[in-house]
Amino acid sequence: MKSLLATLALTTALTLPGLAMARPVTLTTTLNSYGGDGAYLALYVTDASGAYVGSLWMAGGKSKYYEHLSDWYRATGGDTAQVNGITGASVGAGRTLEITLDLADALFDAGYTLHIDAAVEDMRDSPNEVAVPLTSDSAGTPVAGRRYVASFAYDM
Amino acid sequence: MIRALHRGPGLLALALVTILSLSGAALSVFPAADRIAAPQAEAGLTVAALAGRIQAVYPGVEQVRRSPSGRITAYWFDQGAPGAAVIDPVTGKGVASADPNQALRWLTNLHRSLLLGDGGRIAMAAGAAAMLVLSLSGAALLARRAGGWRHWFAPLRGPLAGRLHVEIARIAVIGLVLSSTTALWMTASTFDLLPDRGAIPAIPTEVSRETGFALDQMDTLRRTSVAGLRELSFPYPGDATDVFTLKTDRGTGYLDQGTGALLAWTDLTGWERLSDTIYMLHTGQGAAALGLVLGFMALAVPAMGVTGVLVWLAGRRGRPRIRGNQPAGRAATILLVGSEGGSTWGFAATLHAALTEAGQSVHVGPMSGFAPKRYARAERIILLAATYGEGAAPASAKGFLDRLNALDRVPDMPLAVLGFGDRSFPAYCAFAKAVAAAAQATGWPELLPLDTIDRQSPQDFARWGRALGDAAGIELELSHQPVQPQTTTLTLVSRRDYGAEVQAPTAILRFALPRIPLWQRLTGAGFARFTAGDLIGILPEGSAVPRLYSLASGRRDGFIELVVKKHPGGLCSGQITALEPGDTVAAFLRRNPGFRPGRSRAPLILIGAGTGIGPLAGFVRGNGRRRPVHLFFGMRHPDSDFFYGEAFPAWKEEGRLTRLITAVSRGARPHYVQDALRSEAAQVADLVRNGARVMVCGGRDMAAGVADALAEILAPAGLTPAVLKAEGRYVEDVY
Repeated sequence: MKSLLATLALTTALTLPGLAMARPVTLTTTLNSYGGDGAYLALYVTDASGAYVGSLWMAGGKSKYYEHLSDWYRATGGDTAQVNGITGASVGAGRTLEITLDLADALFDAGYTLHIDAAVEDMRDSPNEVAVPLTSDSAGTPVAGRRYVASFAYDM
Repeated sequence: MIRALHRGPGLLALALVTILSLSGAALSVFPAADRIAAPQAEAGLTVAALAGRIQAVYPGVEQVRRSPSGRITAYWFDQGAPGAAVIDPVTGKGVASADPNQALRWLTNLHRSLLLGDGGRIAMAAGAAAMLVLSLSGAALLARRAGGWRHWFAPLRGPLAGRLHVEIARIAVIGLVLSSTTALWMTASTFDLLPDRGAIPAIPTEVSRETGFALDQMDTLRRTSVAGLRELSFPYPGDATDVFTLKTDRGTGYLDQGTGALLAWTDLTGWERLSDTIYMLHTGQGAAALGLVLGFMALAVPAMGVTGVLVWLAGRRGRPRIRGNQPAGRAATILLVGSEGGSTWGFAATLHAALTEAGQSVHVGPMSGFAPKRYARAERIILLAATYGEGAAPASAKGFLDRLNALDRVPDMPLAVLGFGDRSFPAYCAFAKAVAAAAQATGWPELLPLDTIDRQSPQDFARWGRALGDAAGIELELSHQPVQPQTTTLTLVSRRDYGAEVQAPTAILRFALPRIPLWQRLTGAGFARFTAGDLIGILPEGSAVPRLYSLASGRRDGFIELVVKKHPGGLCSGQITALEPGDTVAAFLRRNPGFRPGRSRAPLILIGAGTGIGPLAGFVRGNGRRRPVHLFFGMRHPDSDFFYGEAFPAWKEEGRLTRLITAVSRGARPHYVQDALRSEAAQVADLVRNGARVMVCGGRDMAAGVADALAEILAPAGLTPAVLKAEGRYVEDVY
């Protein structure tokens, strides 16, 4: 269900050639014990020039708080249509968010970057918490975020 | 209707509103503590100066925030490691941890969502809605009870739980209305039901692509006071296209990091400002003192919950199930009840049971269901009517008068009206009187003249029952017990006898204080706490109906004293006036909060005749503070029934009594207390004008005579006994 909707969202957001070629990708985000309420996370993709391409997932249901995911918010103007159908609950401290999506082959090894913006109530806003280039080689290699994300990896 | 609206949500949401209010009260402390603990910026400090100081200490600063309490927090990265601290704006250095307070976080989540996510948020919003409904319906009930909004702070009478409930409510209701409406607004905002979402300006495409413009030279930051700052976000290091983002209480804007120029600005919308204000009002963040006041008022909720449940339980206890109730169309006696709190239903049940036992078929229903066309076989209609507030119809009699006045044909079966009330209220049995008058005006035949029951008196009820039995030609013995009282055994220690010579044998009986169980001592129940003027109920042998007497002593006197006159043929008075020291009686205490002198220093005018002197003498004896007391005492003959005659000189000597004015009714020129009042008219009027409180105790005729005399005396001053009653400055204990 999730992956189907994610594909749908991406297909509306992306107009890429060769989109028909897609593969399931699992995104695993584990948060550290930062000692606050559930974190809002926005997972989205920018192209080589840094321009917003589309959103993959929004963890956190209240659009009122999206402005704290400041890079995503600036890129989309806070447009909730960008995450329609790909929104889930916020992620608690120490918990893991695992989502599987069908991602277009064309997104890999083409200069695209996957970003995570994070925010926690009464704590630091952390735009660009994670920024990893989408390449076939670095798949499966965990990276740490700046403040809240203990490790993030995507597996194909 | 309003009562149901008050009781329903009250009982249903009790647990929820209790959690809401207790957690809210606890949370209210935090903004104030924060305000005290957080280092505050000096007046006139600009964002430019503050940001410069912080950047000098933390070169990797990413964001600076100011909370409404004035606490400034900075977030930075130092060689890749995230850091955060509460900043002293004077130095720009971190002085305390910026980690969220875990207790505050837990309380906040409990308060807004029961720690249960969105479902919990909706439940708590329902709790807030219940609180709002309770506050508004409660306010309407209070206004109705007091006789209008103008009488919001009128003195209260009635049982303690009910009085406490209202005393607390009339102060706290404002805070509760404010807290619950703002809570509902905030929930609606959280669920995106309001158009109060912030708009931010579009990201500027044209920037200077320079970096390093000094913060303290940026014009916009130099013109922005720290007091208005919400947050300042710094550009990513090394990204020349990024900008400063400034949020203040006026709006959001972007600043060029190469030139300091303001690139774009958007003002807050009206909705945002409104939501911000509501947030401040609800949380106290930015208004710490208000927060503390609201938090304190929230503490009233559990207290009102407990007293509210007690009031409800008392009402339920008083409303028994009526067994064998006949349908209205088949009953010979139609018994209709107008009850507010429920106690009148208890009397109806007793009457129903006694009539049924006497072979009658009886239908009991609320007065609001009055429908004479249905009473096909009725031979009589009996109305038991309480009164609400200043003479309004009680809950179960709503609309009765309208129905009565709309009748096209007056019923043939005769009518009896019995009013229930409390003589200490100015509008004693006013609704019953209105009903009786309306019935008389329509020409409805009368079974019995209007009678009244004072303070649920079983004696009054039994007497009326005999009259009803006579009128209906049946043997009727009504023994009504509102609540089976728990009795204590009291032992007589001494007695003084009076009045034998004037055919009114009377005794001042003094009983020893009983042993008080620990739990009573702790809760002040039973004989652990009483004052003169409270009532003692005595159960005579051979009867289940207690007789009530006024106490002439308080707990501090160390004994229980009452003045009892032996009535010819009186069961109870006969038994207790025959007691000898060492004999015992079964008794219980009933508080009489409406008949107390109060703590004021204003003069007291005490008026009593016969045994009515008992509680008044008790007030005098307890007057250690030398409050001015003027006692009017009516007796038959000073040689025979001058109760406490030997004690008065000493009390006068000690300053407990200012003046004693006696009136003697037996002799060449009969003189009653009302005559004594008239002969002292000037001084009485003077005392009342200066705030004196009038307390009357004795027989009904005497009380009526006193009220007439006072009306005459006070008329020149533009005062009436009714006005004094409404102010709680004229109270009666009449039997």
